[in-house]
Amino acid sequence: MSSIKLKYTVQKGDFRLQVDTEIPARGITGVFGESGSGKTTLLRCIAGLERSSETTAVHERRIGYVFQDPQLFTHLTVRKNIEYGMRRNRDATNSVDEVAKLLEVECLLDRSTDSLSGGEAQRVSIARVLCQSPRLILMDEPLSALDDRRRDEVLPYLDKLHAKSSVPIIYVSHNIAEICRLSDHLLVLDGGNIVAEGGLQSTLSRIDLPQIGGRNAGAVIEASGTRYDEEFDLTAFDFSGGEIVVVGRHDSELLRLRIEASDVSLSRTPAESSTILNILPAIIESLAAESSSTELLRLKLGDEMLLSRITRRSRQQLNLKVGDKVFAQIKSVTVRH
Amino acid sequence: MSYYRTAFLFLFLIPLQSLAEDGLTIAVASNFQRAAKSMAAEFSESTRIPVRISAGSTGKLYAQIVNGAPYDIFLAADSARPKRLEDDGIAVPGSRLTYAVGSLLLWSADSTLNEGECLETLESGSYRHLAIANPLTAPYGRAAKEFLQAANVFDDAMSRLVYGENVAQALQFAASGNATLGLVAASQIKTGISVETRCSWEVPGDMHEAIIQQAVMLSASNSPDAATKFMVFLQGSRVAAILKSHGYKAPD
Amino acid sequence: MDFAPLWLSAKLAFTTTLILIVLGAPLSWWLSQSRSRWQPLVQTIVAMPIVLPPTVLGFYLLIVLGPNGAIGGWWVTLTGDSLTFSFSGLVIASCIYSLPFAIQPMQSAFESLSRKTLEAGWTLGASRLDAFFSLVVPLSLRGFLGAAVLSFAHTLGEFGVVLMVGGNIPGETRVVSIAIYDQVETLDYASAHQLSFVLIAFAFVTLFGVFFVNRCWQSR
Repeated sequence: MSSIKLKYTVQKGDFRLQVDTEIPARGITGVFGESGSGKTTLLRCIAGLERSSETTAVHERRIGYVFQDPQLFTHLTVRKNIEYGMRRNRDATNSVDEVAKLLEVECLLDRSTDSLSGGEAQRVSIARVLCQSPRLILMDEPLSALDDRRRDEVLPYLDKLHAKSSVPIIYVSHNIAEICRLSDHLLVLDGGNIVAEGGLQSTLSRIDLPQIGGRNAGAVIEASGTRYDEEFDLTAFDFSGGEIVVVGRHDSELLRLRIEASDVSLSRTPAESSTILNILPAIIESLAAESSSTELLRLKLGDEMLLSRITRRSRQQLNLKVGDKVFAQIKSVTVRH
Repeated sequence: MSYYRTAFLFLFLIPLQSLAEDGLTIAVASNFQRAAKSMAAEFSESTRIPVRISAGSTGKLYAQIVNGAPYDIFLAADSARPKRLEDDGIAVPGSRLTYAVGSLLLWSADSTLNEGECLETLESGSYRHLAIANPLTAPYGRAAKEFLQAANVFDDAMSRLVYGENVAQALQFAASGNATLGLVAASQIKTGISVETRCSWEVPGDMHEAIIQQAVMLSASNSPDAATKFMVFLQGSRVAAILKSHGYKAPD
Repeated sequence: MDFAPLWLSAKLAFTTTLILIVLGAPLSWWLSQSRSRWQPLVQTIVAMPIVLPPTVLGFYLLIVLGPNGAIGGWWVTLTGDSLTFSFSGLVIASCIYSLPFAIQPMQSAFESLSRKTLEAGWTLGASRLDAFFSLVVPLSLRGFLGAAVLSFAHTLGEFGVVLMVGGNIPGETRVVSIAIYDQVETLDYASAHQLSFVLIAFAFVTLFGVFFVNRCWQSR
């Protein structure tokens, strides 16, 4: 099975979810949208928790669901929680110890659930789902109930999962940074409908979608790390459009860099005595008005796309048009991974 | 000023006035309730003294009286309780008298029985349950047990007996079809019930110790004169007629 | 002293409680989860025994459980015995009389259970029945305890209904509350005191035991 079919029509009061699409059967598909766009309803449909025409019972679908709140069973120890799904699935292949090791919850196994912190509890709930050996994992904003510290604590485990798991994951979030970090494929929902879908990078860099505009506007570049400058604590990354320098030490070979549209400025000629370290040649691929004062430009650098937000006045003054060769300026301090 | 004082004093007189003319409150054993009401009506008509009837089981009324319940007269369903009251001084000495004698009736509403088959069914033992009042607590129950023993069917009936708290409940068991037969008070059937009688047999008075129902006047009564009048009335001939029509026998 | 009434009352209370927990749990579950339009109606019917005076309840049970009644008649054809004036009849009457006292605590406990917890169980592979026994029951033990305690205590103290339906037969339906009542009626206060004391002691010990165990279990 190379793709997963999602076709649902659900009416809940005034709200109507109408979805008909296919997503890849591997990697992480991010589902992005603001609250009320239908993201949770979509996941619930897939899991069978919403009344639909599908007849398979929830417990027979072998679809793991990670809720926003860990939903641990308080009358069981951590170990028994993790075992819960495994015991009910004869085809379960993962062992409790393996999974506990992956999520680093081995020392918590004999504890009771009420002694866990938010981050620990969420890791246990992910472990529980993994142990069930599902065919598909659904994650419904698993990090949004955590504070920033805990979120940073859990994120690396999701990275690990992304790298190691062969089970497809559908990851719902209204946080664009999480989506950028984890997704391979992207679905954008608004008002119960899919307004955009496709590969992460190509979809993200679209300038015609208000749902991923505003503060969320930005692009993702995949780059491989090359050199670390010890003296200045900077790392240089290579990609098809050139080299990007990022502050701090980043050891991964392959990294996703997220660059927000507001952090990209343009000039006709490369600045000479500027503090900006990243000045890269780019071609204006398309542009769109955003508000009465700003516009979004889509830039092509090598094979990658970048977004830039500039004032309408600047665009007019510089007489920027589609096809123009310009220089994109990105401050090293603003690039996130 | 003095006008208001007079008016105020007058207010006090009203309750006193009504007290003087206050009627009687009579505690009556449940099974005698209907007859008592008829008697009270006649009494009130001729003497202009209002009578209130309070009915209940003899045991319960006795307990209430012992604990100060404000009755003037107690019409019990037995003689034991009135005697105790007299012995304990709660009843006016010498006021104790027999006002009625009860009759026991073997009765059935069971549709499988024919007219006149009550006694036969009892003697042959072809019934599932026989309802009687509790012999320990109700005089009609005690009489029922005595009758069964006198008729030599008690041993046979024992495993099939069901006990009502009082004779009214025994009748209920029989009337609802739960007990094939019932030993109840004749007075209950005489005054009319909503269930059809299939058969009934009046138990001869010599087969059990007489169900003597006695009355006493209570010492704590607030209307001793009116109470005395009623006690006298109880022994009159008009009462005898009422007794008969309600299924009781007049005391000889 | 005659212990038969006490034994009978204890037997009746235990039997009724057991039946009410086992049969009442699914009903309470349905009442807590159902969004059907019949739910309020069933809820009301279940609560009715609280409102009706025991004598009214007893009266109608006498008719329904009697040999001419809907249930009683069927019982007679099935077993040949009457349902009224029997221990079985008392059990049925007690179950109806104490029904709301069992249902309400269980229903409350079920209602306070988060639906998400159940959904988590289902997605992990638990069927509805499995989820009920592995999740709902352990997480609602407090409700079960409350239901058991209340229906036990309520049945132990039952008088009016038992009087109407039981026939006060020694060894079969003369429960302790009626025995004490009879003793009071016959002015045998000494026996009444004795029997009452034993009843109170028994009830106290049982209830205390339950609460104590519950407490120990909680702080585990």
